[in-house]
Amino acid sequence: MSPEAQVQILDAPAIHRALQRIAHEIAERNENNAEVVLVGVQRGGVHLAHRLGDTLSQIWGRTVPVGRLDINMHRDDIHQQLAPRVHPTSIPFDVTGRTVILVDDVLFSGRTTRAALDALNDFGRPKRVQLAVLIDRGHRELPIKADFVGKNVPTALAERVNLTLKEDGGEDKVCLIKE
Amino acid sequence: MSWNRKHLLDIESLSAEEITTVLDTATAFKAVGQRAIKKVPALRGKTVVNLFIEPSTRTRISFELAALRLTADVINFTAEASSLKKGETLKDTARNLEALNADIIIIRHRAAGAPHFLARVLNASVINAGDGAHEHPTQALLDAFTIREKKGRIAGLKVTILGDILYSRVARSNIWTLTKLGAKVTLCGPSTLVPKVFERMGCRVTYNVEEAIVDADIINLLRIQHERQRQTMFPSIGEYASLFGVTKDRLKRTRPDVVIMHPGPINRGVEIDSDIADGDRSVILEQVTNGLAVRMASLFLINGGQGPAEVNS
Repeated sequence: MSPEAQVQILDAPAIHRALQRIAHEIAERNENNAEVVLVGVQRGGVHLAHRLGDTLSQIWGRTVPVGRLDINMHRDDIHQQLAPRVHPTSIPFDVTGRTVILVDDVLFSGRTTRAALDALNDFGRPKRVQLAVLIDRGHRELPIKADFVGKNVPTALAERVNLTLKEDGGEDKVCLIKE
Repeated sequence: MSWNRKHLLDIESLSAEEITTVLDTATAFKAVGQRAIKKVPALRGKTVVNLFIEPSTRTRISFELAALRLTADVINFTAEASSLKKGETLKDTARNLEALNADIIIIRHRAAGAPHFLARVLNASVINAGDGAHEHPTQALLDAFTIREKKGRIAGLKVTILGDILYSRVARSNIWTLTKLGAKVTLCGPSTLVPKVFERMGCRVTYNVEEAIVDADIINLLRIQHERQRQTMFPSIGEYASLFGVTKDRLKRTRPDVVIMHPGPINRGVEIDSDIADGDRSVILEQVTNGLAVRMASLFLINGGQGPAEVNS
């Protein structure tokens, strides 16, 4: 058994502050707020998208639509690993002509984001797509960059970043796990 | 993750968790069929072969469309137009297809065990689309999917399978699926077509159709398989219709929320009255729609189950 060292990077108040800041940055960047919709990437991005949606709804005084997107049917490494568990995709609004904010928990290789962009395309043609992530841990393998970042965390390839949220029954925290 | 199989050969060897994984995955793929763009790239660059040694239209079309919607290339291969007519063995035919880099071979064959045989001699993945009177796993999975969608659950439900059980691979696969998921299965039909030995699979066997349907949540009707019977197992189609057919009169003596299923093709006026087949209790066409989702899910899971770390079975 290899000893696992776990370091907490963000606690609940820090996650709250990061999301508040991202929401305000989104509001600042998108003056025409009627166009903006949020799409959370399954699984980690979905709860974060709803939290951002709640804050943005308060800022703008209107309900901001939130959808969720599963990218497993669009992965490029599907034959290299076990069949992934597919979670529901639900985008109950037309994305064509809208500004779609893709929300994910951790940005790493960029392959999930690439798959999400492909998957999103099947639902329409957004006017623009912006990317919001809670953690950017580096090690990009594709030319993909986040527009809104909660925290940049330098990591080693062998490390893992683990997010738990109270919506899933845990406490809000982000940990860096060394294996 | 509860799926690490390279093949889908039968339901008998699957666990309840694996069956549930297929059903959950199919839910996501059913949603794909409701989008404007009904296609995803999950099997891009893969070659799927429909190797149908026994005639079939609906299952072949369903598998073909499922593979196309996953962006695979599909080849259809039927016995009539093949070298099997010239004396080539099944093994050689399949190895030739594999030499063309087929990744997944979907086989229907009149001999029970043919898919298992191919799985042993090939590197490609194999899906059983019906082997003799043995199993038809994707039909049972789509039936279970439909039941779960209609009733919200499967455990504890009373499911009656009515008709030709003896010659039916659909019945066998359904019995495995439903009993594994905790349903109570009753079999009914002419005694010549419903041997008591099926009780060993954990079902109730009765020859009294009224008793079989009175408290059923689901009635799954099976077609009389003329082509698989060696001699006449009951006096006449007319007698079958009057003794076992689902008529308006019989329907009155069932639960008001009973769901009527049939794998097709239906014989109107034999297993089921025409009006009932088209009525609001019938989910026959929804089964066809769900079949597409279940087959997409099966192909998707099989394709993912080829990684280096998994146990092939």
